[in-house]
Amino acid sequence: MTTNSLTTSQGAGRAGDKVFSGATLAAGCLILVVLFGVALFLVVQAIPALVAPPADIQGGHGFFAYIWPIVLGTLIAAVIALVIATPIAIGVALFISHYAPRRLASGLGYVVDLLAAIPSVVYGAWGAAFLAPQISPAYGWLASNLGWLPIFQGPASATGKTILTASIVLSVMVLPIITSLSREIFLQTPKLHEEAALALGATRWEMIKMAVLPFGRPGIVSAIMLGLGRALGETMAVALVLSSGVLTASLIQSGNQTIAAEIALNFPEASGLKVSTLIAAGLVLFVITLGVNMIARWIITKHKEFSGAN
Amino acid sequence: MSKRIDVKDLNVYYGSFLAVEGVNINIEAKSVTAFIGPSGCGKSTFLRTLNRMHEVLPGARVEGEVLLDGDNLYGPGVDPVTVRTQVGMVFQRPNPFPTMSIRDNVLAGVKLNNKKISKGAADALVEKSLRGANLWNEVKDRLEKPGSGLSGGQQQRLCIARAIAVEPQVILMDEPCSALDPISTLAVEDLINELKDEYTVVIVTHNMQQAARVSDKTAFFNIAGTGKPGKLIEFADTTTIFNNPSQKATEDYVSGRFG
Amino acid sequence: MTVTAPVARKRSALTKGQLPAFAPYIVLAVALVLGAAILALIGFNAFGWGLVSAILFTIGLVGWSAAVEGGRKASDKLATCLIVGSFLVALLPLVSVIWTVLVNGIPGIITPGFLTTSMNGVTGAFDNKSVEEGTKVLGGVYHALLGTVQITLLATVISVPVGLLTAIYLVEYGNDRVLARAITFFVDVMTGIPSIVAGLFAAAFFFVVVGPGTKTGAVAAVALSVLMIPVVVRSSEEMLKIVPNELREAAYALGVRKWRAILKVVIPTAISGIASGVTLAIARVIGETAPILVTAGFATSINNNVFGGWMASLPTFIYTQILNPTSPSNPDPSSQRAWGAALVLIILVMLLNLGARLIARIFAPKAGR
Repeated sequence: MTTNSLTTSQGAGRAGDKVFSGATLAAGCLILVVLFGVALFLVVQAIPALVAPPADIQGGHGFFAYIWPIVLGTLIAAVIALVIATPIAIGVALFISHYAPRRLASGLGYVVDLLAAIPSVVYGAWGAAFLAPQISPAYGWLASNLGWLPIFQGPASATGKTILTASIVLSVMVLPIITSLSREIFLQTPKLHEEAALALGATRWEMIKMAVLPFGRPGIVSAIMLGLGRALGETMAVALVLSSGVLTASLIQSGNQTIAAEIALNFPEASGLKVSTLIAAGLVLFVITLGVNMIARWIITKHKEFSGAN
Repeated sequence: MSKRIDVKDLNVYYGSFLAVEGVNINIEAKSVTAFIGPSGCGKSTFLRTLNRMHEVLPGARVEGEVLLDGDNLYGPGVDPVTVRTQVGMVFQRPNPFPTMSIRDNVLAGVKLNNKKISKGAADALVEKSLRGANLWNEVKDRLEKPGSGLSGGQQQRLCIARAIAVEPQVILMDEPCSALDPISTLAVEDLINELKDEYTVVIVTHNMQQAARVSDKTAFFNIAGTGKPGKLIEFADTTTIFNNPSQKATEDYVSGRFG
Repeated sequence: MTVTAPVARKRSALTKGQLPAFAPYIVLAVALVLGAAILALIGFNAFGWGLVSAILFTIGLVGWSAAVEGGRKASDKLATCLIVGSFLVALLPLVSVIWTVLVNGIPGIITPGFLTTSMNGVTGAFDNKSVEEGTKVLGGVYHALLGTVQITLLATVISVPVGLLTAIYLVEYGNDRVLARAITFFVDVMTGIPSIVAGLFAAAFFFVVVGPGTKTGAVAAVALSVLMIPVVVRSSEEMLKIVPNELREAAYALGVRKWRAILKVVIPTAISGIASGVTLAIARVIGETAPILVTAGFATSINNNVFGGWMASLPTFIYTQILNPTSPSNPDPSSQRAWGAALVLIILVMLLNLGARLIARIFAPKAGR
């Protein structure tokens, strides 16, 4: 049998293929390593705070006594932000996807994206310099009229630098996230479902209730979860706006603190065990946001497989 | 410069699914061979095994031999890239590179492999290939324009020019006219008739009239049912297949009783 | 031949029982007047007027519709009012933020030397003097601008190759393997990492590797890369995915190696989308404050070395000037500098966003036909 002439290959091309695919694989693995590294280095640096005698930790009662009020503060701020942002975000998404004139819709989407483009520190500065003083009279009114509710217990902060103000600023920051994701989902609603509803004589709102919202529900839920992840981890809005303090039930007094703001405010000057304590706090935040984001992604993936849009 | 293809006992798999089973066929050099058959019978899949393009899809593999003038395409140490420079391919939908001019599209096979070529040689190659694809007169004044600006039929001939610029031995065509209007189809069919003077041409087509018009020999593929492998039913001179087939299934198909 | 009787002109049966087309305008006018009247009683302000009028408009229109058109049409009108209203509400903070930054930032930015000097040697005494004697506010953002540019540039240099290569792996080589799916999943997870945690990671990493307390521009760049890489991966992946498979097959059929096909056919076809995605990723990280705060420290003077010494950046400059004014007794000059820096930062971000759109348009493959 003669030698096979096809075994010759020109140039160093074959090696190029190996090098290139190897490089892409290495880059992909690097990302896994980095993420693993994030967890590992945070754990390594956090261990001293977790094993230190309770009296050495700030507050004097150990790490868990230190962390739980600010975990609670983080959750309060994030949940209020979502309660404010979600209905507005869904409204805006529906406005852009189903109400605005076709020609305006993409431009309006861009306006909402602008909201997301503004740096968080600018929102923080705006919240502290503009929103807080503007809103403090409303807090006074709340304290005198609804003061019997624990969350509106007076005396109201005179500066307006309260956790409610911080939550409002946070809600402005998560609004574009929820809006843009929901908008995408609403636009994917099968035209057939919409037209079927309209052909039955439904009004626009009935069509949205019958076709758009049921189709978009998993998408909305995951958008809210992603917004929650952002609100939990957002630093500047809280660090600049909130005049922090111990955990308090009232939303219109100064007080409360979030993990991210606690780290930002204290880390630059921290040393020794304090650094470890703050990194441990960061680890806690990492775990919480990781959980929230993983649930959100899981919902999206599950939805993808059963989506009627395919 | 054209080679014959001999296929021995070829099975094609996608993962564990046997897509095409037991093909034996001998394709003469400098001839046009048409593959016909109903949708999903594996004729395109089989065509793609003739230049190892099926490997682009994950999980695809073959058993058996494909000999190009006696050299096994699937022999140990064979570089699929070398195979593809010898066996070119034209696809169902015209696919010129959108980022390249007409000229660069023709030179793509040379340039993308980073072969050095002088300006004069490149110009000569572009003209020769475009003339070979009956496109030179239509595009000679706008060689620097993007290839995507041409009509569908011109784009497909540009793709043929691109394939012959690599100077292959064999040209495979996977339903090259299915996305074209009748006038463009005629232009491509005329071209196929000229190409067989220099190349071995294998064409997959859904259109039996086209097979009858352009091919010397015709292979009929069929499939027993969904999930079953496709098989080569009959391979003979085109006139025999259309006028006097030996198999009942072939007769039913070419006379329009199914498919 | 029949003679058709002329049809009597009457209101179409199809429009019976509907509000006339001008109904919303009447309700709006009434609502505005009523709103102004109510606000006049309790003290007028524009925000309150808008709010009260909007509520009155909704009640009026929905009530009228309920009376004339019935419940279904009325609830449709209510939904429309709420949805349009939510859009207007969402516009409020955007307009307010931009207005606040413009009004407060312009005095800062037009102060001579603001863009060309650093804060080196500017102490509280100068600020006190400028407030008491009305002289110009000293100090500027040059060092912070320089720091932002250097840190962001280094972060881009790290992120783009890693992100782009990963995207290529996922689209061209991954084939839905377990590893590819793991990378996709963890890239998604990475997009959710709080920015301050990314900063802490970079800090913790350099504390372990280089030594405790290491704070340089490079540490900040690593922190920003952690935030930037997933964005680059996701956007590049999307762009590579929409390159038609036919182009890859065309290249392979010409006997082109896979890596050459990717570099010379796939990437050039997708380059406009990739470039605009990268620009958007830069726009996202250029405004990040928290990770720089914990990694690069604060500097008041110019630092040209990303690998040594503390480094300022625009976001941390804004943060420190507001939170720790140079002169605690007279914070106004610091606040002026902060707003000036905020304006510069917003302009940068907007330019990057605009640039991304232009890039997408300019480098898009010519459709031709």
